[in-house]
Amino acid sequence: MSTTETGNSSTTESAVSGLDYEETQLTLAPPGGSRSELERKRGFSEGVDLSLETKDFLSGSSDEPPKPQVVGWPPVRSFRRNVLKSCTYVKVAVDGTPYLRKVDLEAYAGYQQLLTALEEMFSCFTARTYPNVRRLVDPVNGTEYVPTYEDKDGDWMLIGDVPWKMFVASCKRLRLMKSSEFVDIGCITER
Amino acid sequence: MTYFPEEVVEHIVDFLGSHGDRNAVSTVCKAWYQVDRLSRRSVFVGNCYAIRPERVVTRFPEMKSLTVKGKPHFADFNLVPYDWGGFAQPWIEAAARGCPGLEELRLKRMVITDDDLELLSCSFPNFKSLVLVSCEGFSTDGLAEIATYCRGLRELDLQENEVEDHGHQWLSCFPDSCTSLVSLNFACLKGEVNASALERLVARCPNLRSLKLNHSIPVESLNKILARAPHLVDLGTGSFTIDNRSETYHRLINSFFRCKSLRSLSGFWDASPFCLQAVYPICANLTVLNLSYAPAIQSADLTKLVGFCFKLQKLWVLDCIGDKGLVVVASTCKELQELRVFPSDVYGAGITAVTEEGLVAISSGCPKLNSLLYFCYQMTNAALTTVAKNCPHFTRFRLCILEPEKPDPVTNQPLDEGFGAIVRSCKNLRRLSVSGLLTDQVFLYIGMYAERLEMLSIAFAGDSDKGMVYVLNGCKNLRKLEIRDCPFGDAALLKDVAKYETMRSLWMSSCDVTLGGCKSLAAKMPRLNVEIINENDGTSESKENLSDQHKLVLCQQFTSVSNDIMFTSNDPDVCRRVRL
Repeated sequence: MSTTETGNSSTTESAVSGLDYEETQLTLAPPGGSRSELERKRGFSEGVDLSLETKDFLSGSSDEPPKPQVVGWPPVRSFRRNVLKSCTYVKVAVDGTPYLRKVDLEAYAGYQQLLTALEEMFSCFTARTYPNVRRLVDPVNGTEYVPTYEDKDGDWMLIGDVPWKMFVASCKRLRLMKSSEFVDIGCITER
Repeated sequence: MTYFPEEVVEHIVDFLGSHGDRNAVSTVCKAWYQVDRLSRRSVFVGNCYAIRPERVVTRFPEMKSLTVKGKPHFADFNLVPYDWGGFAQPWIEAAARGCPGLEELRLKRMVITDDDLELLSCSFPNFKSLVLVSCEGFSTDGLAEIATYCRGLRELDLQENEVEDHGHQWLSCFPDSCTSLVSLNFACLKGEVNASALERLVARCPNLRSLKLNHSIPVESLNKILARAPHLVDLGTGSFTIDNRSETYHRLINSFFRCKSLRSLSGFWDASPFCLQAVYPICANLTVLNLSYAPAIQSADLTKLVGFCFKLQKLWVLDCIGDKGLVVVASTCKELQELRVFPSDVYGAGITAVTEEGLVAISSGCPKLNSLLYFCYQMTNAALTTVAKNCPHFTRFRLCILEPEKPDPVTNQPLDEGFGAIVRSCKNLRRLSVSGLLTDQVFLYIGMYAERLEMLSIAFAGDSDKGMVYVLNGCKNLRKLEIRDCPFGDAALLKDVAKYETMRSLWMSSCDVTLGGCKSLAAKMPRLNVEIINENDGTSESKENLSDQHKLVLCQQFTSVSNDIMFTSNDPDVCRRVRL
C-alpha cells in the first residue's frame, strides 16, 4: 500500500472547485490574475485565453505557488483510484490512415506536448497554429489536420478549448480530422 | 436462574445472531459465560489490537469462523503509514494451535503474507472459506498454496486487495479433485489468470454460484464459462471490450439469456458503451448491479441499462450517470435499497456530474432506500431536508461533497440544518459521514438526535471543541469516531474520557490535539490503547511536538471482558507507533 498520496499534481487535490460560471468564463486577461478570493479554489480560474499567441494550455500550475495537498481526499480507496486512473489511454485516429494509435494522455503535461507527440507519432506532420485553432500539416501533400476529440458525452470537440486536466478526464478518443472537412462544417474561416 | 439447565440456555443462545447479543449474554453470569464460550461458532474481532489472539482462541475453542479487522478505516485513504501493522500472522498461528477445526477466516485491512497463507492451508483440514478485503502483503504464490492444499474449499473471495503478481499458475493449482467451489472472486488481481484452467475449474464445480473475474479474462472465456455454469447467481465479468458486430458478442447475448439465475452483475473492466447491450436480456432479474469500475460508459448508456432493471436493490455507479440518469433510476428502481455514486474524477479536474438534484429524485422515487454513499459536486439544506422526509429509513448515510467546506450554494449557509434534518428523521441511522461547510451546530443535532448512531466520520468541519463534545456526550451508541482536519483539541479529547470505554475506536488526524493531551488521556485511562502515529522520520524532536499537519492519534478499546490482558505490540516493523 502506498504511503501518503501526493495527488496527481500540485494543482488538483486541494479544495478543487467545480465549474462556477465565473471561473470558466473566457477572458482575454492573462492567466494567474486577480482572483485572490478564490485562491483556495483550484483549477480553472484562469479561464481559457484565446490570445493570438501560441499558448501552452498548461493548467496553470507552473505559474502559481504550489497549493497545499489534501491527502486522502476525496475519500476513495486506492484500488478504485487506480482503476479509474488507468483509463487514460485513448485511441488516435487520423483521417485517411488505416491504423489507429494509442496515447496515454497522462504522459503529457499539456496540449503542446500532446501535439508534439502526435507529430512525432505520425512523423510527417508539423504543427501550425492559426488563430484559435491548432492544426497539424502533412508536408508531403499539404493536407492539414485539425485535432479533435470525443468527450464523455459522445460529442466531438475541438482540442484546446478547455483546461488540460479537464480535457484529460473527458477525452475518450482523438481524431485528426482533415482540415477541409473541418472548414466545410463551418467551424473556422480560412485566412 | 442457577437451576436453569445449561443445554436449554445453549439452545436459546443459539438463536442469537449478532455478536453484540452474544457478548451481552456472556456478561450475565459465569454459567452463561461458559455456555456462550463453548457454543460460540462465529467470532468477530473488530480491532485486532484490542485483544490477543491466544485469548480469543482459548476462550472460544469451538470457533468455526473468525473475522478480524486490522487497520483503521482511514487507512483506505492513505492516512495510515504503510507499516502500521494489522498482521494476520499471530491470528493464524494462534488458531492453528488452538482451533484446528476452523472453517472460515475473514480478514479486513490486514497484512497477510504468503507464509501465512501457506500455514493457513496446512493447519485446518476442514477449511472452507477465505475472505480477504482490502488486505495486502501476499502474492499469487500464496493463493497457489490455498488452491493446492485446502481440500474442500468452498469460497475464495478476494475483494480489493493489493496482490503481487507472481504468475498465473495459481489457478491451475486447484486439483482435479476440487469440485466444491461455491464462490470464487479474483477480480482484484492485476495480472494474467489462466483462462483455460479457469474454464476447467468452473466445469467441474457444479455448486458454483458466485464468480468474479479480473480484467485478464477475455469475453471468449466468459462465453465458455457461462455455458458451463448457467446457474450462476453472481457474476463479475472479466474484460468487457467487445465489438458488437462480432460473433463473440452474439454468443454472449445468448449466454446471458440462458443464465436464468443471475441476480448480481459487476466487473465490466474496460467496458465500452455498446457492450452493455449484451446484458439487456437479464436486466429484469438483477437485484445487484455494480458499474463503478467502468469509467468509459457514458450517461446515456448507463441510463438505458438501468431503465430495464426494475428489480434492482443495490446499485453502484460512477457519477457520470448524472442527475438525469439518477432520475431514471428513481423512476425505474422502486425496490432500491442501496445506492453508491462514486466520483469518476478523483484527480480533481473539476468535472463532476451529480448534484443535489439527483439525490432528491432518488429519494422521492425510491422509498425503500436505506443505504447511501454519494459523492457530489454540491448539496443544499433544502435538498437534504426533502431527502430526510422522503427516506426516513436510512441506516447508512454517507455524503461526500467533493470540495471541502463547501456551503449550500443557494443560500451560502452551512449544511447544519440539512444534516440535522437527516438525523432527526432517520431514527435508525447507524452510520453517518458528513461533509461540506459545517459548524458546531450540526454536531449538536447529531448528539441530540442520532441515538442509534454507531459510526461517525467527520472531515473539515466544526468550529470548536464544543462540536466534538456534543457528539461524545450525545450519541449513546457511538462505537467508531473518525475525525480529520477539524478544530478539535485537547479539551474536547479529555472532556469525557470514560466515553472511550464504550467505543471501539477513535481516530483524530490533523486536528488540534497535542502530545500532552494524548499523554494525559493515556494516564487517565490505562485500559485504553492510546497511540500516536508519527509521519515524520521519528527523531525525538518530532515525537515531542505534534506538528500541525499529520497529527494522528488512535485510541483503541479493549473488549469488555474483564480479565483480558493488555496487548503490547512486539512488532519490530512498527517503528512509528508510539504507545503512550
